[in-house]
Amino acid sequence: MLNKWFLTTALTLAAFTVQAQEQPRRGGTIRFTAPYATSFTSNDSHVSPQIQDEIYTYALHRSLYRWDAVNNKPEPELATSVTKSADGLTYTFKLRDDALFHNGRKMTADDIIWSYTRIMDGSKSYPGARHIRRIKGAVEVEKGQAKEIAGLKKIDDQTLEITLVEKADPGFFLYYGQTAIYPAKEAQAEGFFNKPIGLGPFKFVEHVPGSRMVLERWEKYFKAGKPYADKVVISPMGEAASRDIAFRNKEIDVSILGPTQYVAYKADANLSKGIFEVAEVFTRNMGMNPSFKPFADKRVRQAINHAIDAELIIKRLVRDKAYRATGWLPLSSPAYDKEMKPYAFDPEKAKKLLTEAGYPDGFEFEWTATPNESWGVPIVEAVIPMLAKVGVKVKIKPIEGSALGGTVQKGDFQAYIWSNTSGPDPLTILKCFHSATPQSACNYTSYKNPEVDKLIDEAGNTDDPAKRLDLLKKANAIVYDDAPVWFFNYNKAVMAYQPWLKGLQPNSTELALQQYDELWVDASSPAAK
Amino acid sequence: MLQFVFRRLLQAVPILLAVAGLIFLLFSVIPGDFASTQVSDGRSVVDAEAIERMNRQFGLDQPLATRFAAYVGKLATLDLGTSFRTRQPVWHLIGERLWPTMQLAFASMMFAIVIGVPLGFLAALKPGGVVDTVSMVTAVSGLSLPKFWLGLMLMYLFALQLGWLPSFGYGDGALKNLILPSIALGVAPLALLARTTRAAVLEIMNADFVRTARAKGMSERRVVQWHLARNALVIVLTTVGLQFGSVIGQAVVIEKLFAWPGLGSLLVDSVSLRDIPVVQGCILVIVLFFLVVNMLVDVLAAIIDPRIRYS
Repeated sequence: MLNKWFLTTALTLAAFTVQAQEQPRRGGTIRFTAPYATSFTSNDSHVSPQIQDEIYTYALHRSLYRWDAVNNKPEPELATSVTKSADGLTYTFKLRDDALFHNGRKMTADDIIWSYTRIMDGSKSYPGARHIRRIKGAVEVEKGQAKEIAGLKKIDDQTLEITLVEKADPGFFLYYGQTAIYPAKEAQAEGFFNKPIGLGPFKFVEHVPGSRMVLERWEKYFKAGKPYADKVVISPMGEAASRDIAFRNKEIDVSILGPTQYVAYKADANLSKGIFEVAEVFTRNMGMNPSFKPFADKRVRQAINHAIDAELIIKRLVRDKAYRATGWLPLSSPAYDKEMKPYAFDPEKAKKLLTEAGYPDGFEFEWTATPNESWGVPIVEAVIPMLAKVGVKVKIKPIEGSALGGTVQKGDFQAYIWSNTSGPDPLTILKCFHSATPQSACNYTSYKNPEVDKLIDEAGNTDDPAKRLDLLKKANAIVYDDAPVWFFNYNKAVMAYQPWLKGLQPNSTELALQQYDELWVDASSPAAK
Repeated sequence: MLQFVFRRLLQAVPILLAVAGLIFLLFSVIPGDFASTQVSDGRSVVDAEAIERMNRQFGLDQPLATRFAAYVGKLATLDLGTSFRTRQPVWHLIGERLWPTMQLAFASMMFAIVIGVPLGFLAALKPGGVVDTVSMVTAVSGLSLPKFWLGLMLMYLFALQLGWLPSFGYGDGALKNLILPSIALGVAPLALLARTTRAAVLEIMNADFVRTARAKGMSERRVVQWHLARNALVIVLTTVGLQFGSVIGQAVVIEKLFAWPGLGSLLVDSVSLRDIPVVQGCILVIVLFFLVVNMLVDVLAAIIDPRIRYS
């Protein structure tokens, strides 16, 4: 499986290197789709935590950092240089002096300070607050105890100093669209969000709610020669079957595929030529609540991992649109340990572990699951007979997708199945297994292991990136052995693209998020003119 | 007549209040709230403190009775509240989506009326004949076909295979974008109208006054025009009214399928993210539309048939 992933990645990168060598063509329209809902939330990128809204944000706005999909790491976007202080807490950004908002005004440090302060308005509960909270003094603003974020200091118009509350690479949390930089003065004007302006490669033309967002090339974009396309039209299309027909009918340039469509596209001689696969930073898992007595015993949790033939489920039900999990950190994580092996499917060992734990006849538990085809009830139904063979009975507790998060946060479950983000920053992600992290945040299985706490703390305190990764790998291995979850798989995101669309990036954080300034269409596109 | 309209509008008030109360209670008991939906994509992390703050911001930390009283109070001033999701007034969001939904509803009903009523009429004129058999088979099929499947088949045939029409989207509200969703939505009302018209005409054909007219030597054309059509029209009109209201509700599926930017797609997104003010607003508008259309139908029926009184 691992070899397969490396082969796929190598082929993908090779294919896109070939693409990159082609001379980009200027002009035409990119017809993108936003597949996660039937509409965008609004024209204000700060209000929504949904990926759906980041899809248009990537065209319209810019954040301080951007995700470099090819090198799989954050890169400064609005700064030409970043300097870290000796204590590793303060970062000095020399801002670009060629970044112009769509009204032609130059971006300054004030715009960044204003944008971050707006996000921390406690009365508005902006989702990006979870990122800005990591800047010193941001929480005080959120609580109404201060008006300015103490950790943001303007040195001059083009120099900004950011002090963090703990050692961390700010690139990992300041690249999100929820932290987009708005023009401070203009954004406070009445009606700004009717026709928002940003720093992105495309400027706003129109938004027909529930139908499309149209953006056109920003001629003064700070990257010379970019963007290539004249226009981007992004259509929200929440229905997979409609996307399928529209894609086959050449009305859209990309479509995100589910398992069923993935199989159909792979089997089609033409469509199979335009499939783009990426190992995303999402780990599908069954979380086990230790307050339910059997799951408090590590041997029981390990037995669950041994009792399920995850490989078979991935092959038959998920249609190979996933990679077998060998730990919490996924394949595309910088701290992924390729030496780790998945739990072997071994019902005999599972029975032995259950007997040792005092459950020779098994037990029954309630499994909360949504209807999701890749990590919901269909998967649970496939697992039920496997667990039954070792004496463990399962009662499905169906739940609507949007209610799952709240249920898990409250600890109102014995077991749940979910797809959780497991990247891109391994340190941030593994903190979800730190005992200081409450269940309501992201330590959903109330995991507690002093050794893991120590490793995570050390990783957070070290200035040596290699040592940090090493410590995190060790923590990940312990978590894997403790098995707070059934490690199912890592998502393989699949995008179908038309042959005329070039410049797609293998974004492991979310494949649907593409840097539009890299994309271009060749002359064979129906929207080439 | 004005008194009648006023009375009917007054009657709508308790109905709307009951619907508002029902939706309010329903969304209070089902699992999930707006704050917790923020983490359901498995990507976002929101701690308990942030959730608490969010709930406080939207008044969700208040007891149910207090929230309901506040909601009814706002409703009395025609304030539907503010969307949790977009932070915009609900009226604004509904306003953006109302016209596309109206376009779709009118187009689908026009399609249903223009084809369904003549079809039912022709079928009734020669019961058991070819037209009758074909139209009734079509009607039964139209009623039993799932809209989602029918919509997909239309897309497949007219967009993908024939290339005549776009498979999705609103465009600029052009006719070519409207045709497929309207047909998909209009087939069921068409089938019902055809059946209702046929039954109504058949019933009237055997009525004494029709027999008398024929016995007096009135031409068949005049019998159909003056007696059959006019009397059947009242029944047909009532069915049209009921169907008009219900297509707005049924448009949810079609709007999502065809990426049509109407109230239905707004409702779908709002339900899944527990954006309760928007859900309540959309449903109230749909119910209000249903009530108004039916009131208009009653008025029209009374105009067509003087025996019907505004009482």
